[in-house]
Amino acid sequence: MATDTATTVHDDGHEHAPSFIDRWFFGTNHKDIGTLYLLFSLAMFLIGGAMAMIIRAELFMPGMQIVNPEFFNQMTTMHALVMIFGAVMPAFVGLANWMLPLMIGAPDMALPRLNNLSFWILPFAFLIMLSTLFMEGGGPAGGWTLYPPLSLQQGNSMAFVIFAIHMMGLSSIMGAINIIATVLNMRAPGMDLLKMPIFPWTWLITAFLLIGVMPVLAGAITMLLTDKFFLTSFFNAAGGGDPVMYQHIFWFFGHPEVYIMILPAFGVVSEIIPTFSRKPLFGYQAMVYATASIAFLSFIVWAHHMFTVGMPLGGELFFMYATMLIAVPTGVKVFNWVSTMWQGSLTFETPMLFAIGFVVMFTIGGFSGLMLAIVPADYQYHDTYFVVAHFHYVLVTGSVFALMAGAYYWLPKWTGYMYNETLGKWHFWLSTIFVNLLFFPQHFLGLAGMPRRIPDYNIAFSDFNMISSIGGFGFGLAQLLFVYVVWSCARGRSGIKVGDRVWEGARGLEWTVPSPAPHHTFTTPPKFDDRDLAHGDVSH
Amino acid sequence: MTPRRILACLAMLVVTTVPALAANPQRWQLNMTPGVTEYSRQVYDLHMLILWICVVIGVIVFGAMGYAIFKFRKSKGAVAAKWSHSTVAEVTWTVIPVLILIGTAWPATKTLIWIDDARESEMTIKVTGYQWLWRYEYIGTDVNFISRMDRESDRTRMLRSGMDPAAVQRDGENVYLLDVDNPLVLPTNTKVRFVITANDVIHSFWVPALGWKQDAIPGFINEAWTEIHTPGTYRGQCAELCGKDHAFMPIVIEAVPREQFDIWLEEQNRLAAGDAGDSNAPLAQLAADDALLANATESL
Ligand SMILES: [Cu+2]
Ligand SMILES: [Cu+2]
Repeated sequence: MATDTATTVHDDGHEHAPSFIDRWFFGTNHKDIGTLYLLFSLAMFLIGGAMAMIIRAELFMPGMQIVNPEFFNQMTTMHALVMIFGAVMPAFVGLANWMLPLMIGAPDMALPRLNNLSFWILPFAFLIMLSTLFMEGGGPAGGWTLYPPLSLQQGNSMAFVIFAIHMMGLSSIMGAINIIATVLNMRAPGMDLLKMPIFPWTWLITAFLLIGVMPVLAGAITMLLTDKFFLTSFFNAAGGGDPVMYQHIFWFFGHPEVYIMILPAFGVVSEIIPTFSRKPLFGYQAMVYATASIAFLSFIVWAHHMFTVGMPLGGELFFMYATMLIAVPTGVKVFNWVSTMWQGSLTFETPMLFAIGFVVMFTIGGFSGLMLAIVPADYQYHDTYFVVAHFHYVLVTGSVFALMAGAYYWLPKWTGYMYNETLGKWHFWLSTIFVNLLFFPQHFLGLAGMPRRIPDYNIAFSDFNMISSIGGFGFGLAQLLFVYVVWSCARGRSGIKVGDRVWEGARGLEWTVPSPAPHHTFTTPPKFDDRDLAHGDVSH
Repeated sequence: MTPRRILACLAMLVVTTVPALAANPQRWQLNMTPGVTEYSRQVYDLHMLILWICVVIGVIVFGAMGYAIFKFRKSKGAVAAKWSHSTVAEVTWTVIPVLILIGTAWPATKTLIWIDDARESEMTIKVTGYQWLWRYEYIGTDVNFISRMDRESDRTRMLRSGMDPAAVQRDGENVYLLDVDNPLVLPTNTKVRFVITANDVIHSFWVPALGWKQDAIPGFINEAWTEIHTPGTYRGQCAELCGKDHAFMPIVIEAVPREQFDIWLEEQNRLAAGDAGDSNAPLAQLAADDALLANATESL
């Protein structure tokens, strides 16, 4: 229905040139909206990164040198909110917008107008949220988890934060509905679900997670809002409420949320490794089922974020076992990636480097995750820098590295030009060295007893903090190189035009359309051969 | 000195100073310490067990990957195989991790069941978190006091104070942000139960040497226990973000032998019950502290 509208509005017969405003503000083309999402998330990545630089600068040495503790807390809170809701999630939605229709042979997303709306909500949401930093009462300073009663101590600017998060949630839900509608209804004839490439698979599952949990977050923060402004007592013990209840509701959203940020990353990496191994993805069906199991388990492990709140023994045991269980399907994925490389014919272009970096460092984050699942040990690890190290390994060297890998992988398809391979490799190596300098010592800090979310610390923690800060500044600067590479690629600076199939080993429908991908693709459904699929033989 | 005397002295040194020192954070410290309780030692063992399991799995996985990276390069003429499936391999690497997980969950469950049981404790301490200090009450006595960060740390931590954090020392040890006016005094070799709550926002009571942290939640009471074996001074911090001075509400436990503790408690109890006119008496101190807290709460 919506596609009908799209095809009648856009005449597919010829390349037409809408005005700048029409194209970028009112356009419904999935590629343009994908580009908008990606550019927006890059901007947010830089803003969130700038906040991280402030944090690392204050933590460079003991003593308070740069900011006061109130502002420091606003920075840690905003850094997380911006990176999660502004950088990582929209970046994956951007990749989905660009690539899903190309990979499944659809002319556009199923609901193009909804697509425009779900993107354009975001800049306003973040404008509102970031503006609280300049309001009386300041930005949120109670951590991105917004635990009451602390989060309720923010001034009236809290209402803006909650409104902004509601908008982000709306945007995510609409995006998820669009992805499900597209993947379920618009696949090219003959592309059964179990023939579909793995990236659309991971996004399909992620979209269900989004629809499952974003409304839960909306409920939690609405109750915060009424506790703050309308004298309800959902989370106020003095009025008969329960502050721990908030944590349960929040993490019921929050744990699936971490999989929302990593499952599409699995998808990206599962596309890239076979390409540069010149070998089909190992265990395609196992990959799909592992993704689905992880998604299911993600709904029943939330309280592992709350082992120290005083849960009954039975609850702690249940959440420990369930959490440990996630290691099994996650392990299957890692083993499958390594097996894909085994006996392949490997080359190491930048996307492959980032994908390999992803597998290694995401696994390190997985290891610390397994350690955190052990409840008695978590009584020590909880709320220390060990946790900070853990989730940055899975989110930065995990999700963000996968995003970088995906960006380099598909940039030539988007722009028609090869990016500068030398600079791409520099970007990878600088990022990898500095990110480990940044986050690995944080394991030591946590184990030695440094709590997270503190602006100042004892001398004992000074050495590793300094190393970590140096790593942070280096990692931050290395990302400016990425911005330059993207810009110069988009401008065609390399002068190297690429063909349809950019990479020798690339399989899949997206490599059958010209580069740069024309404004409209697959206006008639493509015919394809099973051997065109990245995972090759699909009989098992 | 005979070699034997020297050895004895060294042994003494090891016994008296090393545990206490090692229990508090050290520069360049890489790992958790075994702490000073049976529980913290078990936690340390669990931590090392799971760490080594991860290291072994890591060596295998990254080893295989490294081998593939060097062996199966296109530049070395590697030709890609066609296979993409192996039921045997897939079943193996699903089943073996399950067995490893069961092997880890077993000792973890035992430790957890044991630490969960706070019965048969010999005394109870009530811990209350405030923004940004702690109150300790010795249940069944009149001893009840507030513990807040030492003044020198407090002056030094002010924005651009120009003071050197390294200069905040006690007994030759840097105690910047980790020292308090009134430490929590506890007897060794005694099962001490804690009931933990908070008055304003959520805090978390954490002394790494004891091996656990427990959230302090307004309106709710959490329970925990410890039995310290080694006398010494053990430092910790609030572990749950609790506002602007979250970094500045340390916890110090002074663990002393039981006889010494009993004398201390009796003395404190007498002071608390007795002369309130003395400004140094805990009770007077308490009244002042209460006024301060009331003000603090109002200003919120
Ligand atoms: Cu979780
Ligand atoms: Cu606190």
